[in-house]
Amino acid sequence: MGSIVDARGLSCPQPVLMTLNEIKNVNRGEIVIMVDTDTSMENVSRAAKTQGWQVTDTQPDGDGYRITIRKD
Amino acid sequence: MSVFKNFFATRWGIIGVGIMIGIFAPLLQKWGNPGNMGICVACFERDIAGTLGLHRAAVVQYMRPEIIGFALGSLIAAYLFKEFRPRVGSAPIVRFILGIFAMVGALVFLGCPWRALLRLAGGDWNAILGLLGLITGIWIGTLFLRGGYNLGRTQHTHTSVGWIFPLAMLGFLIMMFIDPQVQGQVRSNVLFYSVKGPGSMHAPLIISLAVGLGVGFLAQRSRFCTMGAFRDLILFRQAHLFMGLIGLVTAAFITNLILRQFHPGFVGQPVAHTMHVWNFAGMALAGLAFALAGGCPGRQIFLAGEGDGDAAVFVSGMIVGAGFAHNFGLASSPAGVGPNGILAVMVGFAVCLFIGFTMRKTG
Repeated sequence: MGSIVDARGLSCPQPVLMTLNEIKNVNRGEIVIMVDTDTSMENVSRAAKTQGWQVTDTQPDGDGYRITIRKD
Repeated sequence: MSVFKNFFATRWGIIGVGIMIGIFAPLLQKWGNPGNMGICVACFERDIAGTLGLHRAAVVQYMRPEIIGFALGSLIAAYLFKEFRPRVGSAPIVRFILGIFAMVGALVFLGCPWRALLRLAGGDWNAILGLLGLITGIWIGTLFLRGGYNLGRTQHTHTSVGWIFPLAMLGFLIMMFIDPQVQGQVRSNVLFYSVKGPGSMHAPLIISLAVGLGVGFLAQRSRFCTMGAFRDLILFRQAHLFMGLIGLVTAAFITNLILRQFHPGFVGQPVAHTMHVWNFAGMALAGLAFALAGGCPGRQIFLAGEGDGDAAVFVSGMIVGAGFAHNFGLASSPAGVGPNGILAVMVGFAVCLFIGFTMRKTG
């Protein structure tokens, strides 16, 4: 089970900052990021990819999205 | 629909939106808007403050339909793509104050980041100082962001809360139709109008509104943000938003050349002054305020259109700030900075630094 980043309700650039910090912390594995706007979903996915992580799943979750990113 | 939705999140999507703005802004100038001011979010909000009588600077009073179009275009896009999310509660009073000082800084320079880019594309080299200041202000903002600065989480709220700002804009548009300018008169029944100066220069209402709606729609889809372009480059080394900005400047430069609106130089530029230090410092203050508030003035309107009540408060702060700026001699003119402009920039920096240092809410 990977870590969870709850960035719901936070505006740009907080969700990306939190995701990049978590990527730095865990180095590899799986991270689930919760966001509540499409903009945050796009920004987090784009930032994860630039760090060499894969976006393995994006699911609607309540008012937002649950993004799963992974690096083996 | 999903292909269309995803396209604007791509590199070519944001570049395309930048190019579209870069073509239509000089065209708006050709059709009547002031020099190198085809689109200027800060200047146009200042003109709206004037037409509402929040200040009485006679030369800058007009209900700019572009701003109304930005909000309504964003609202339409947000509803069409199911992205309208009414939300409020992330330190609104702080955002209001940031809006005030963003406007003060922008009016010391005489333009927002959008106009700084358009001034550059029109050959106004004073814009270089403004853009350097903007980058410096945003860089200071990124230091706070790295240090944990954040204004807290928003809360989901009533749908009608998200409608308030676009409805206010719709109300302004209706006022334009029922209380139009009477040729040569400074006031209709309610609204104030300029009979000379930048406020008297405008493209036809329908054209301004149509361009505003188009830009609002596409900018909501692409998340176009002139502050974010520099911030993401500094903070994450990400050039996505920056590519949109490059598209804007390149397209505006070429369009200005074609329209013979490119006039290089420092002196005699339209609605500009040559006090380099204060061009730099004014935009540095604006850049810091935009960075702390999370978006350039255009982006704040697009966010307000998609239901972000805090962004609407920031925009309201900018309009009120324009009132202060012209009532108390803070705004510059082509002759140079206003009598109290320098002091206002210093106060603005002190306030922004206080906000940056003290608001480090986490979780």
